Amino acid sequence: MATAPLPLHPSTPRLLDERGDLGAELRTIGMVWERELIRFVRTRTRILSSFVQPILFLFVLGYGMTTLVGTTAGFTFKKFVFPGVVAMSVVMTAIFSAISIVWDREFGFLREMVVAPVSRSSLVIGKTLGGSSIATVQGTIMLVLAPLIGVHLTAVLVGQVIGLELLMAVGLTSFGVFVASRIQRIEAFQVVMQLLLLPMLFLSGAMFPLKGLPTWLAVLTRLNPVTYAVDPLRRVVFAAQAMPPAAAARFSTGISMFGTTLSLSAEIGIFCVFTAVFLALAVVGFGKPE
Amino acid sequence: MPAVTTIAEPAAASAAAGRTLAVEVSSLVKRYGVVEAVKGVSFDVGRGEIFALLGPNGAGKSTTIKMLCTLALPTDGTARVGGFDVRRQPKAVRRRIGLVFQEQTLDDQLTAEENLRFHAVLYRVPRHEVDARIDRVLRLVALEGRRKDLVSTFSGGMARRLEIARGMLHTPTVLFLDEPTVGLDPQTRALMWDDVKRLREEEGVTILLTTHYMDEAEYADRIAIIDHGQIVALDSPDALKRKVGQDTVELTTADNALAASRLAAAGSRCQEGGEAVVVFTTDGESQVARLIEIAGVPVSNVHVHRPTLDDVFLHFTGRQIREDQGERVPSMAVRARAGRH
Repeated sequence: MATAPLPLHPSTPRLLDERGDLGAELRTIGMVWERELIRFVRTRTRILSSFVQPILFLFVLGYGMTTLVGTTAGFTFKKFVFPGVVAMSVVMTAIFSAISIVWDREFGFLREMVVAPVSRSSLVIGKTLGGSSIATVQGTIMLVLAPLIGVHLTAVLVGQVIGLELLMAVGLTSFGVFVASRIQRIEAFQVVMQLLLLPMLFLSGAMFPLKGLPTWLAVLTRLNPVTYAVDPLRRVVFAAQAMPPAAAARFSTGISMFGTTLSLSAEIGIFCVFTAVFLALAVVGFGKPE
Repeated sequence: MPAVTTIAEPAAASAAAGRTLAVEVSSLVKRYGVVEAVKGVSFDVGRGEIFALLGPNGAGKSTTIKMLCTLALPTDGTARVGGFDVRRQPKAVRRRIGLVFQEQTLDDQLTAEENLRFHAVLYRVPRHEVDARIDRVLRLVALEGRRKDLVSTFSGGMARRLEIARGMLHTPTVLFLDEPTVGLDPQTRALMWDDVKRLREEEGVTILLTTHYMDEAEYADRIAIIDHGQIVALDSPDALKRKVGQDTVELTTADNALAASRLAAAGSRCQEGGEAVVVFTTDGESQVARLIEIAGVPVSNVHVHRPTLDDVFLHFTGRQIREDQGERVPSMAVRARAGRH
């Protein structure tokens, strides 16, 4: 006694079946992305707080350490740490943007999304792109401090930095979304993230050169995905500076592994692999029906 | 316990015959581990019908609705919504249903309009229709003046009505309302019911709702009384009341158990339900004196009434449905309270 399927919209004579509709999925991604941005713009405290920490690191570490480390051929530690601080601001914003998933779960909106006739992947991708966009904007705004530090910026460099920030942001937002998909409570998310974030930042080469480290530390930094996002950023920034050879030797870039130094594209490639894995985990972790 | 009345399936089927069916449910079962939350329910809902699942908390109403909304996978049985199988065509089903949950699912940092736009994209409302639909659904729930306001400024009742509007945005075949009036004050509840009836009139939508409020179930065209995962009765409110048929005399006595046994011995059909002994009789008012005499224990309160849905529920389940918790009041507490009289 099955009845014929009822038409959906008066203006949509074609019955949609179970197959996805690419246009609709893209619009969903766009809408989820837009919502993240609207929410970000409306919470001003969040914008402010995500600036304070990197700036603190830049001035405390930058100026404090510069007196200790000294200047090599006119190149200071401040300049060395600047790309690291930009990366740090991207990483922190990206990872914490995933907290919106935990909020959405707590306030019920997650349900509105997961019951909708769209694929979970679109929701995760929209969320991830939203968080990544915010993180990229945050990192890019940090560049206004560059002249103060004495870092020379060109249009090409800014373009390269934004591209790398975006990649870094997508990878780490996916990581955050994956963690958030496994966590039910906001407090737990904050604790877990603080626990993961600090080692990820400190062991990434954002604060110190990766050369000449004790073996155990070298191994840890090479296992950390963030390492493969920080070094490319520093490479492109340094490439645009007039660096004397002595300074380049002291404040070195590049990740050495098994006796060879990885090329820029190899580093980016490794980070892309991490990103793909995190994104896949995020999609899978986003939950299934009961 | 009264004998469990099995639902008369042919009657239900004939009631829906000749119309397009919006929902067809057949022997639906849901097991969570060893717990059988839904034990094989069957019913049909015609297009444009308001259908209520009535029962106490934990009776299996919400689980049944979840399966129909494709949020839970049936362990056994079949269900079709809008002509699509909930198990094999979940996306097609979801596109044709509107959902309003017990708990709020709005983003309160967005405006009413932004919430609706988000929904419109997720449910693929054709772009050129979105504005007109938003206007229309906001008018249906009388919130057109709050279109640009943040949801965080809305009262609980307004938020619920906005959710109903959102549920209607994509012109669903069936609108599911899971305990839609929980936590709302009586005035707001009445407003919400006006909205629901208007939706049915103007949009022809089928409405399937769950409630444990008796007075709300009366708004429905048909009611399925569900208890312990099974439908114990299914009919229109009037027909259900007719089935109960008789007046009831409620006696609150010093010893309900004793009174009940004496009344039963004298041939009266009675139950010791909740706080009183309930006697089913014809022409209750004239019987009161005789019943008190038979009971033979001090009576502190007598209440005679014609059947209501409360009685229907009591008749079919042997329990009173309770608004506050939907559960039987522990008999110890009842005795303690009665003793203080």
